[in-house]
Amino acid sequence: MINNLNIMLPEIFLSLSIFFILLLGVFIKKSFNLIFNLTSVIIIITIVIIFNNPNDEVKIFLESFTRDSFSNYFKILILLSSLFVLNSSKNFILDNKLDKFEYPIIILLSILGMFFMVSSNDLILFYLGLELQSLSLYILASIDRDNLRSTESGIKYFVLSALSSGLLLYGCSLLYGFTGSTNFDLIADQLIKENTGAVFAMVFILVGLAFKVSAVPFHMWTPDVYEGAPTSITSYFAVVPKVAGLALLIKFMFIPFSNILLEWQTIIIFISIASMILGAIAAMVQTNFKRLLAYSSIGHIGYALAGVATGVISGYESAVVYISIYVIMNIGAFSCLYLLKIDGKYKENIADLSGISKKNPLLAMSLLIILFSLAGIPPLGGFFAKFYVFMAVLEQEMYALAIIGLLTTVMSAFYYLKIIKTIYFDENVISFEPVKNKVAQISIFTSCTILITFFLYPSVLNNLVGSLFSN
Amino acid sequence: MIEIGLGHYLSLGAIIFFLGVIGIFLNRKNVIVILMSIELILLAVNINLISFSIFSGDIVGQIFTMLILTVAAAEAAIGLAIIVVYYRNRGSIRVEDIHGMKG
Repeated sequence: MINNLNIMLPEIFLSLSIFFILLLGVFIKKSFNLIFNLTSVIIIITIVIIFNNPNDEVKIFLESFTRDSFSNYFKILILLSSLFVLNSSKNFILDNKLDKFEYPIIILLSILGMFFMVSSNDLILFYLGLELQSLSLYILASIDRDNLRSTESGIKYFVLSALSSGLLLYGCSLLYGFTGSTNFDLIADQLIKENTGAVFAMVFILVGLAFKVSAVPFHMWTPDVYEGAPTSITSYFAVVPKVAGLALLIKFMFIPFSNILLEWQTIIIFISIASMILGAIAAMVQTNFKRLLAYSSIGHIGYALAGVATGVISGYESAVVYISIYVIMNIGAFSCLYLLKIDGKYKENIADLSGISKKNPLLAMSLLIILFSLAGIPPLGGFFAKFYVFMAVLEQEMYALAIIGLLTTVMSAFYYLKIIKTIYFDENVISFEPVKNKVAQISIFTSCTILITFFLYPSVLNNLVGSLFSN
Repeated sequence: MIEIGLGHYLSLGAIIFFLGVIGIFLNRKNVIVILMSIELILLAVNINLISFSIFSGDIVGQIFTMLILTVAAAEAAIGLAIIVVYYRNRGSIRVEDIHGMKG
């Protein structure tokens, strides 16, 4: 029994420390700084605990909770990215008077939900983790409660996300009924092509999961929520829940749905192609940088799903590599937004970037690297991410998917290059005040360094990801 | 007398579920109605789970139902809270009025 507790030590530590800092926040006045720093410490300690956790596969609590290298990898990715997102946005939070002590606590709660999502091996645990994450995200979207746009994005996200949770749950109930179990391994044994009811349930679950990773045709909420929510929340939304959502999607394809590959493959291919095309076309006309990043994230999820659509382990690995590099690029892109300030107000329109190459050459240079990487131009990290996905797709001889993916890559390069043109060749109209935000600068520097040097040691990430699906 | 079997319960669940989904999309008046529709969806799922659980003699479905009830309560609380802060800013919760951002 005590051994079992050891296996889920990261979750236990995280939940106990959430209780603790929640009490601190209630009893100490003006405790935002204290809670914020404690949150960073808690995240770092959790990373250490996971590092010390062995990677062999163990299933506990009636086989409902798994600890394996797959879940450990995603937990560390989630923690590291939220650490960077949180700390680089601290100045933004203070400047916009979002410094309520609940802010970091709710972020920790959503991380706890994602932990249970990526570790779940049972429909019940999976649903509870998903809801813990979603409920925290509803609050985060509307955290700027005196701002009309933030609350509106909260309402939109709540309604659509609750609907998708309902669809997903209906799928879970049918899956339970037609396979007789809520355990993923037992479901996998029962879920075969002839079991029509269960295949029907699979469609509902896919719809819910596609919503959580904001893939077309369930992307309607993404641009509005990204634009309306405060930038610090948007950067969290664009990075961390995406990772957890994709991990969950891969897990579903890999364990419970592994016997009905042909049934879900067509659906994923359709979703992937639609996301890539919409991400490329709709982003062209955007003037708001956050809205543009929303459409670009839809497109990127399309590429990651192309890797999942292959239905083989090399495809899943390429999707995991893709999402890891996507996280690095997006942390860098959003950190740049924290450095664009005029008269105490943060700017988020693309036109505001005009001519920053003269006043802030370093910032312009890093934006250039990040945008080139997002567009997938060699030799940056984003190119390799796309390269692995298309390699996996071509190995399975899915030529149509690969051709459409390459075409949309070229199309999406258009709007990234348009921003670069604005940065380097437009007349300087605005001069930004110098912002002292060390952590954001460190985040940008780290992300640029990783993106530039990725081609030297691509095997580091590849070997790491390659060990995830070994069992 | 008709014997009421699993199929009847499942049809009832499906009907309530689709009423909930249709309610979300057809409703143009009030966000509260959307909240009620979401609640309908979750209850339809509960009917499904309980009938499956009874007819297969497996208790897990009923445990799942209890957990869904708790989550539904939390979801309704958060939904109402968000609607309240939105009403303070906008002065209206008509669905037609929620269009500050084009999407």
